[in-house]
Amino acid sequence: MSYSDKVVDHYENPRNVGSMDNEAGEIGTGLVGAPACGDVMRLQIKVGADGIIEDAKFKTFGCGSAIASSSLVTEWVKGKTLDEASNIKNTDIAEELALPPVKIHCSVLAEDAIKAAIEDYKAKHKD
Amino acid sequence: MGVNTQEHPVYLDYQATTPTDPRVVEAMLPYFTQKFGNPHSRNHAYGWEAEEAVEEARKQVADIINANPKEIIFTSGATESNNLALKGVGAFYKNKRNHIITVVTEHKCVLDTCRHMEQDGFEVTYLGVQQNGLIDLEELKAAMTDNTLLVSVMGVNNEIGVIQPLKEIGALCRANKTFFHTDCAQAVGKIELDVEEMNIDLMSISGHKIYGPMGIGALYVRRRPRVRIIAQINGGGQERGMRSGTLAPALCVGLGVACEIAKKEMATENERLHKLQMHMWNRFQNELDEVYLNGDLEQRVCTNLNVSFAFVEGEGLMMGIKDLAVSSGSACTSASLEPSYVLRALGVEEELAHTSLRLGIGRFSTQEEIDYATDRIIKEVKRLREMSPLYEMAQQGIDIKSIQWAEH
Repeated sequence: MSYSDKVVDHYENPRNVGSMDNEAGEIGTGLVGAPACGDVMRLQIKVGADGIIEDAKFKTFGCGSAIASSSLVTEWVKGKTLDEASNIKNTDIAEELALPPVKIHCSVLAEDAIKAAIEDYKAKHKD
Repeated sequence: MGVNTQEHPVYLDYQATTPTDPRVVEAMLPYFTQKFGNPHSRNHAYGWEAEEAVEEARKQVADIINANPKEIIFTSGATESNNLALKGVGAFYKNKRNHIITVVTEHKCVLDTCRHMEQDGFEVTYLGVQQNGLIDLEELKAAMTDNTLLVSVMGVNNEIGVIQPLKEIGALCRANKTFFHTDCAQAVGKIELDVEEMNIDLMSISGHKIYGPMGIGALYVRRRPRVRIIAQINGGGQERGMRSGTLAPALCVGLGVACEIAKKEMATENERLHKLQMHMWNRFQNELDEVYLNGDLEQRVCTNLNVSFAFVEGEGLMMGIKDLAVSSGSACTSASLEPSYVLRALGVEEELAHTSLRLGIGRFSTQEEIDYATDRIIKEVKRLREMSPLYEMAQQGIDIKSIQWAEH
C-alpha cells in the first residue's frame, strides 16, 4: 500500500503527540475506536475562557493513516471555537490526506474523536 | 548486502517466497535454449535428453523425503498438489469413505478445497489447535471413524512456523487405514522428512519456498500400499495419468537441484539460522517489554518468528520499517479488517493479533541484516508506543479490557 506524502509526513513527524490532565476542567478528552479493530484514537482539547481551543494533543494506536488523521486534526482544531471544530468533516480529512477508500474509516474515527472530546468538555461545563 | 532502503529493503519474508538460488538458475538455463526438447518426445535426442533431466530431477525430489522417484508427480506448485491430493483421493474413494479431517490453521488452498468438497457431499472435520499452534493428537484420534478417508495436516505452518507431529499423526492414520496427506510446502528442506518413517501417503511440495523457481511443485503419491487418485487435469496422460500436461524440464530441473542443495546443506544451515533466530528473539525480549511469540518456540522451524508487539498496530509498524520486507498478521489493509485466522485459532486475542509481525529468515540472511532489522524494529516499536494511548494506559495500570470500546 502506498501512502500520500502528507500521510507519510504526519506519520514521521506527528504533531502534538502527548497527554493532558484528564481531570482538569478546561480539558476535553475523546477516546474512540477499539483495540480489537486495530484502531484507537485519543484526542484531547484544551479550551480557553473565551471558548476557543487553545491546545490539542493526541495518541493513536493504529495504521499510518489513523496516526496521520489524528495528527492532522490536532492542527485543525487549534484556534477554532467548539462549534467550528465540530464542523470538521471526515471527508475534509480524507481529502487533505488523500486517503484511499479502504482507509476512509480512519478519517471517520478522527471526526468521531473531535466530537467525543467536545462532548466530554461540554459535559464538564453543563451548569 | 549493502544499503538498506525502501527500494532494496532487507528481505525478511522467506515464508512468502525465497529467491532462486543462483546454482539452481545455472542448472536450469540450458533447458530453455540448447536442451529445449519436449521430454515426452520419444523419437529423437532432444526429447531423450529432456526426459533424462526430468527423471534425474524426480530422483532428487524423491531423495529429500526418502521416496521412490516413481512416487513423485510434478505439478505447478503446492496449491495444485493440495487440490490434487484431496480431490483426487476423494473422487476415487468417495463410495467407500467420505470423511476428511483437517486443521483450522491449514493454508487457504487446503481449507478452500475442503469447503468445496463439502458441497460435493464430503464430511469435513476442522480440528482446532492448542495455544502453541500444535494439534492435540487425542483430539485427532477421537475425530477418526471407520468412515475417515483422509487426514490432511501441514508439516510446518506458513504464518507461525510450528512443526506438527507428523510421525505420530502418520501412525494414527495407518492404524485406522486412513490416508495421510501433508502440505509440506514450508517443511521441505527445513526439517527431516521421511515418508516411510512418518507413514505419509501424500505430500505436497513447492519449488519457490525452497530456493527453487516459482511455477513448479510436486505431489508424492505412495505406491505401496498404493494410493489411488483421480486426475483433476486430463490430457495426454503424463505423470502416470495423474497429471496431464507437458512437463517444463527447466522448472523440474530447478526443483530437483533445489531439493538436492537443501538436503545437503540442511544441517549446517539450520544451525546457522537457529542462532540468528534466537539472537533476534532474545534481543526483542531483553530490550522491549510486552512482546509475545506466537506459536511454539521449540517445535518451530529456524526460519520464522511471529511476534506480537503489544500496543503497536502491525500495519502502522510496517510503515515505519519500510526498509524491511516483512508481513503482518494485522489484515488492516484487507476489506474485512479481520486479523489473521491462524493467530485467532491459537486464541491470540484480536488486539494482540493486530500487533503481530511475521519475520522470515533464510539462506541469504546475514548477521548484519538481522542486527540492522532488530535495531530498526525495536526503535520503531518504542517510538510508536510513545504515541500509543493503549501503552500509556497499560503503564498506568489501566486494564484495557475494562473499557467499554465501541467496536466499529
